[in-house]
Amino acid sequence: MGKYTYMARGARLNTKLSVEHVYKIFGAQPKRALERVKKGQGKDQIFAETGMTVGVSDASFDVNEGEIFVVMGLSGSGKSTLVRMLNRLIDPSAGAIKINGRDITQMNRKELIELRRHEISMVFQSFALMPHQTVLENTCFGLATAGVGKQEREKRALDALDAVGLKANADSYPDELSGGMKQRVGLARALAVNPGILLMDEAFSALDPLIRTEMQDELLRLQSEQARTVVFITHDLDEAMRVGDRIAIMQNGQVVQVGTPEEIVRSPANDYVRSFFRDVNVGHVFTAGDVARRDQVTVIERAGSSVRAALSRLNKHDRPAAVVHDRNRRYLGTVSADSLEACIEQLSKNEEGNIERAFVEGVPVVESSTPLTELLEPVAESPYPVPVVDENGRYIGTISRATLLHTLNRTEQDAA
Amino acid sequence: MNDFVINLPIGDWFTAVVTFMQTHFELFFSIVSTVISFVADNLTAFFNWLPAPVVFIALAFLALWRVGWQFMVFVLIALYVVMGMDLWPETMDTLGLVLAATLAALGVGLPLGVLMAKSDVVQAIVRPILDFMQTLPAFVYLIPAVIFFGTGRVPGVIATVIFSMPPVVRLMNIGIRYVPTENVEAGKAFGCNGFQLLWRVELPLALPSIMAGINQTIMLALSMVVIASMIGAGGLGDPVLAGIQQLRLGTGFQGGLGVVILAIILDRLTQSFGNRQRGDGFFSRLKKTFSGDNQQSGST
Repeated sequence: MGKYTYMARGARLNTKLSVEHVYKIFGAQPKRALERVKKGQGKDQIFAETGMTVGVSDASFDVNEGEIFVVMGLSGSGKSTLVRMLNRLIDPSAGAIKINGRDITQMNRKELIELRRHEISMVFQSFALMPHQTVLENTCFGLATAGVGKQEREKRALDALDAVGLKANADSYPDELSGGMKQRVGLARALAVNPGILLMDEAFSALDPLIRTEMQDELLRLQSEQARTVVFITHDLDEAMRVGDRIAIMQNGQVVQVGTPEEIVRSPANDYVRSFFRDVNVGHVFTAGDVARRDQVTVIERAGSSVRAALSRLNKHDRPAAVVHDRNRRYLGTVSADSLEACIEQLSKNEEGNIERAFVEGVPVVESSTPLTELLEPVAESPYPVPVVDENGRYIGTISRATLLHTLNRTEQDAA
Repeated sequence: MNDFVINLPIGDWFTAVVTFMQTHFELFFSIVSTVISFVADNLTAFFNWLPAPVVFIALAFLALWRVGWQFMVFVLIALYVVMGMDLWPETMDTLGLVLAATLAALGVGLPLGVLMAKSDVVQAIVRPILDFMQTLPAFVYLIPAVIFFGTGRVPGVIATVIFSMPPVVRLMNIGIRYVPTENVEAGKAFGCNGFQLLWRVELPLALPSIMAGINQTIMLALSMVVIASMIGAGGLGDPVLAGIQQLRLGTGFQGGLGVVILAIILDRLTQSFGNRQRGDGFFSRLKKTFSGDNQQSGST
């Protein structure tokens, strides 16, 4: 859902959050280590010589309004440090972080508290709910902190709980909930303050795989209702590919690549990035729209078009089948040489047959957003290349068995 | 070899410091003395003024509400035993002294524990002092206490405060420091200022630890109050002391039994406040008690 809406609205994008050359050094004298980093010394060397740890090094990227921006990396790659600098739970050692164009690294305490109360909120890996408070009170937390009156905050909290499907559990306590439900509360708590930016730090990583997928869907559903700017931290590439409009990949504190999931899979920046795909099923990444080809013979259905004309067109191009669509490129059906000939035999000499009578049965139609993994069956069972249409039913191209196998094979080779 | 050992007259130094403080901090000591004696005298007077049946009913009620009917039965029998031993005024004196000392210890100890949790420097300074306070033999406190405040209730309470304060400071410190990092981060991430973070996140999550500290402080106060009877603090220590001094076995044992009874009642009651009973109001708990559902878990 997310990634396609992103592609669709790709035309105009406002930068919501921009991270500019941000560094974080843990240790006694960050400035000294910073000089070494800028001289090009490696993380390990700096640690060995100064005892200081380079958490994040020269991170730069922009997050657009309304997108889910995933930061992915192995543990120790600096992604948790990075996300904590976005609301200054950790202060950066150098660089600028701009939210709505305002550099938050220059903010004083008071401004920072205001920012955290109204503009940016966070969901935690361990849920971080307050055990002594009910679900409703937990959801109210941010609003109560900001001094919102009891009546209004409870109303807004209930709305947020309703959005995550937990309104009925408002009076429960966290230890009465399952992991997935707890994180829904965590999500509701973050949504209740209606933040411009939502930070999610490994938010679904503590959940078991089934619940995790469910929560990802939940996030995408919420996102389709109201597109928020989300910075989503994960170490799981599958998750990154599923929820991310764009992904930043971190390695040893550096952002090594930023791009859409497709871009990253197609042209990984280095071996580290490529190594992620060893375990990943690229079938989830590419969709029918990505591999569909426009090399089929097409027949445009109009008043004059006939089965005979279509057959001659097929013979001329020496193809076994052709795609039929109308003048608006709306897909109508597939005809084959065999079906056309059979149709002509039934016609009397000079009768012009409508082409619809020659449509081959059993050719499935797939939408462009269908992942490759779900294409295997329809493509295998279809007698002819499977037509791909967009959400309005317009013909985009076809996928033949050869194309599909070739694509799957190629990506596997890339990964190996 | 003898040259290597320098004679360190630490005892003399200590005496000098105490004498110096006695002459130069007179006003301070007299203020402390006034405050402590006001609180301690009024508390002991109050408990002695309360008619015994009121104390019976109040403690039985607390026992039923916080612990259960079995404990209520125990409390009633135990208090009856105390009356039977003719130690009621002494027990009420001791209760008053323990509460006065505990209030003072908490008044200083709780904020100190918070400071200690918030600052590594404070922790580094306070920790050895707490070790010192806790391990120095209790009797040693009595001597300077007598020098500063004479004999009677006030030095007894003050020695008790010093002796009983460390646990609540330590457990407050540990309780706050061990609040899960992500809960603290959540507090900050949603815009808590320092006070809100403490009040809305750290103290509630540290509550079980804090209550354990308060419980231990009360227990230590009780044990010290008995010792403090040596300097005239009064209470249940008196029969114990008399038993020792005059080898009156029975008197000493009765006094000791009174202390044990008071200790058990105070311990169980304060411990019950450490168990988290969120949301349960006073009446719903009573109702639960009477309906036989005595589980303290919040299962619904």
